[in-house]
Amino acid sequence: MSLLIAVPREVYPGEKRVATVPDVVEKLLKHGFRVAVEAGAGEGSQIDDAAYRAAGAEVVADRAALWSRADIVFKVRAPDDEEIGLLREGAMLVSFVWPAQNPALMQRLAARKATVLAMDSVPRISRAQKLDALSSMANIGGYRAVIEAAHAFGRFFTGSITAAGKVPPAKVFVIGAGVAGLAAIGAASGLGAIVRANDTRPEVADQIRSLGGEFVPVDYVEEGSGSGGYAKVMSEGFLKAQAAVFAREAKDADIIITTALIPGKPAPRLISADMVASMKQGSVIVDMAAEQGGNCELTVPGQVVVRHGVTIIGYTDLPSRLAKQASTLYATNLLRLVDDLVKTKSIDGATIAIDMNDEVLRGTTVIDKGVVTWPPPPPKLSVAPPAAAKPAAPAPAAAKPKGHGEASGPMSPAKALVFFGAGAILFILAGRYAPPSFLAHFTVFVLACFVGYMVVWNVKPALHTPLMSVTNAVSSIIAIGALVQVAPDLAHVAPGVARPDVLIRWLSVAAIALATINMFGGFAVTRRMLGMFRK
Amino acid sequence: MTIGTSLATVAYLGATILFILCLGGLSNQETSRRGNAYGIVGMAIAVLATVFGTQVTPAGWPWIGGAMAVGAVIGLYAARIVQMTQMPELVALMHSLVGLAAVLVGYANFVDPAVAATMTPAEKGIHEIEMYVGVLIGAITFSGSLIAFGKLSGKIGGKPMLLPGRHWINLAGLVIVIVFGWRFVAVHDAGAATTAMIVMTIVALLFGIHMVMAIGGADMPVVVSMLNSYSGWAAAATGFMLSNDLLIVVGALVGSSGAILSYIMCTAMNRRFLAVIAGGFGTDSSAAAKGGTAAAPAGEVHPITAPETAELLKEAKDVIIVPGYGMAVAQAQHTVYEITKALREGGTKVRFAIHPVAGRMPGHMNVLLAEAKVPYDIVFEMDEINPDFPAADVAMVIGANDIVNPAAQDDPTSPIAGMPVLEVWKAKHSIVMKRSMASGYAGVDNPLFYKDNNRMLFGDAKKMLDEVLAALKA
Repeated sequence: MSLLIAVPREVYPGEKRVATVPDVVEKLLKHGFRVAVEAGAGEGSQIDDAAYRAAGAEVVADRAALWSRADIVFKVRAPDDEEIGLLREGAMLVSFVWPAQNPALMQRLAARKATVLAMDSVPRISRAQKLDALSSMANIGGYRAVIEAAHAFGRFFTGSITAAGKVPPAKVFVIGAGVAGLAAIGAASGLGAIVRANDTRPEVADQIRSLGGEFVPVDYVEEGSGSGGYAKVMSEGFLKAQAAVFAREAKDADIIITTALIPGKPAPRLISADMVASMKQGSVIVDMAAEQGGNCELTVPGQVVVRHGVTIIGYTDLPSRLAKQASTLYATNLLRLVDDLVKTKSIDGATIAIDMNDEVLRGTTVIDKGVVTWPPPPPKLSVAPPAAAKPAAPAPAAAKPKGHGEASGPMSPAKALVFFGAGAILFILAGRYAPPSFLAHFTVFVLACFVGYMVVWNVKPALHTPLMSVTNAVSSIIAIGALVQVAPDLAHVAPGVARPDVLIRWLSVAAIALATINMFGGFAVTRRMLGMFRK
Repeated sequence: MTIGTSLATVAYLGATILFILCLGGLSNQETSRRGNAYGIVGMAIAVLATVFGTQVTPAGWPWIGGAMAVGAVIGLYAARIVQMTQMPELVALMHSLVGLAAVLVGYANFVDPAVAATMTPAEKGIHEIEMYVGVLIGAITFSGSLIAFGKLSGKIGGKPMLLPGRHWINLAGLVIVIVFGWRFVAVHDAGAATTAMIVMTIVALLFGIHMVMAIGGADMPVVVSMLNSYSGWAAAATGFMLSNDLLIVVGALVGSSGAILSYIMCTAMNRRFLAVIAGGFGTDSSAAAKGGTAAAPAGEVHPITAPETAELLKEAKDVIIVPGYGMAVAQAQHTVYEITKALREGGTKVRFAIHPVAGRMPGHMNVLLAEAKVPYDIVFEMDEINPDFPAADVAMVIGANDIVNPAAQDDPTSPIAGMPVLEVWKAKHSIVMKRSMASGYAGVDNPLFYKDNNRMLFGDAKKMLDEVLAALKA
């Protein structure tokens, strides 16, 4: 019996996402799984039960039955107590878990002998990008943050001059240029705002610029890249310099979007109450770090508040506010995870085993059959190499094959000396001993070699076969050699010499025939080939 | 009607220029047809100027006419029936004809006492050396090309035949040729000279056979272009013998053209030019076979089906197709074009990447694709397209192996280390179509097959591509 993937309806208040979508259901079925979806699971994401049914999923109304039958449960939010109770012993759960923040949850899941893959614990290495749900959610969050800000902001983003007067462009300041920050930069500049952004990691400056933002540096030398592509906690001196920059930017900006997070720590307080007070009336702050306490001192997590005339948006469910998109991306991330599981043959027919040697799967698995395996060994690679380490010396460039028509490199002096020396000796010898008639021919020969070299070197590789067949046809010029021997004018050249005419004639005639085959055949076939080359 | 000596000389000069223009015209597709026409006109002028010149009396005309008529019929017939996949064989066979013609001309010259009647002793010595060398090269070209023809057409196995002590055999042959050459020039007795000539011819024929037999199938592009070069040198030597500048010039053009082609092929396979010219290579291949089995890459291959391939192609925006000899063998070029057409109609960018030594002769793949009407502006050389692989969604390898082997770059101990290869593994996905997991001609296992982003589509290239096409159209 093939394994059953169950997708229950999310129970967390306000959660609109769902862990799979019909497109992904089809692909899961192709992998050989069965898929069951709780009735109404896709409601929040505007996906009705019929769509799941059409894709081949079973739609189950009985919640408890669904959970108890499931071999694998796909969820978005971590399960609550009731759901953990429903989880079959030994089953696999794939969802966001946040093991660091939820030790009690981990305990209870381990007690159910469950295998838990935490989508928030996917290692941040290049190979794992396709299943990095945090990135896809952050991407959505960043976009949604700009949309929320635009909603709360009382003006256009794009500056324009209308008949009714001049509209200045909105100024957006983004703090933290991770996935969410970059998405926000892209969305805001797409709407026409002037976007400035800051990040403690200097290497993201180019990424900011590439999305249309302007990088605002903090003039204080300290390297801000932590492991795994995250930022780290900065020193006192840096924080002071940073605060000065933010205070200056806050005065100028209409909208501030903060995305600064440090893994396993509360969000850094970057926007003080004073800075908020210094902002213009009607300005907006979107605090994407609200769930971890907020980057702004005045943020109320989950709510929109107005302080000092500034709207402070502290929603913690930004991705869920773009539910259909978020569900689609999340479902695809899960599919990629399944691809990896299936690829490493850790799922066969009825059992599941996770290849713990696979760095990605190892990192994602936080509980393996009831054994807590979190935290994993630290990831090996950071996105940006530490600046201290010199870039690895470029591997000696593989000798580049010479392009045709490209001048060949100059010979080494020693080689050239030998080459020309040998040539000179050869020429001196020839000049000393050879008769003049030979030298005349020799001159022609050498010059012809050079001409041939110059001409042929320019031939495109695509035409090498026609070149060979045409040179082959041309080499049937040897027929001339035979022609002059068939019936020479002996009376003038060598009168009175006895000559085996018949033998010579037959030899020559044979040679002419052979050369002619070549001559006609060669040109004809070249013509045929060249006729085929077309644009 | 005959034309005077001066006019003949001018005609030769004109023919020479036309031949140079002919080779020059082949430098790109637009001018290539004109180039071929120049060649035909040049050849016609050269032949007519000779036949109606002072060196041929009208008594010879019927003979010449007869011989040329026979040759023309056979030649045109062969050119008409040959399949484009058989081009390498045809070219090799034609080289052998030139070689044989050179031998015959040399012998005819040798038995003609009138030639040397008016020469000074020094001139006679030189003339005899020229004659000897002309026949020597002609004979090597003849037998070597015949063997190459046999190998290319599958009449002789493609495996290199390695006699024990073959370098000594070659060396002994060389010594014999030199000794008899010296005797040939030194003696004035017609009988002894004839013996020397015949012995040399036999040794040269055997050498030609031995040289090409020792070369593996994958090295055939080098051999074919090398024989092309030899046939040119044979013509040049004949020109020296007959004091005919036209022959010398054309022979030198063809000779250097073939030599350059061989050189390009050698670079493309990372082999040394001199080793090839001497005919003494193929040892590398055998070493490769041993080295390859020792370092078999571990991992798993991921097979794929034709419908899945079609699915991947459908989703791709940028596809690069890498054809190899397998495509030629399976005659799949037309299906490849159909697929290309279908994909292009769907808005997918399709390009072809050609490795310099793909196939069995230089430019072989281009000719096949051209035959299938693939427009040449989507066909790219290795250097042009290699940087584009990372941006490609799918790289489809059809019947090629060594030319897409990442070991050439990654593994310094690999027998093909340093050989320039097409970097298909940098594409998002690569699909390799192959009949089995067997290694290529170089005998080296291919780590590409075990890469995560690579899929293997096993089966006959033509059959599989037909299925892919059907799935694409469905």
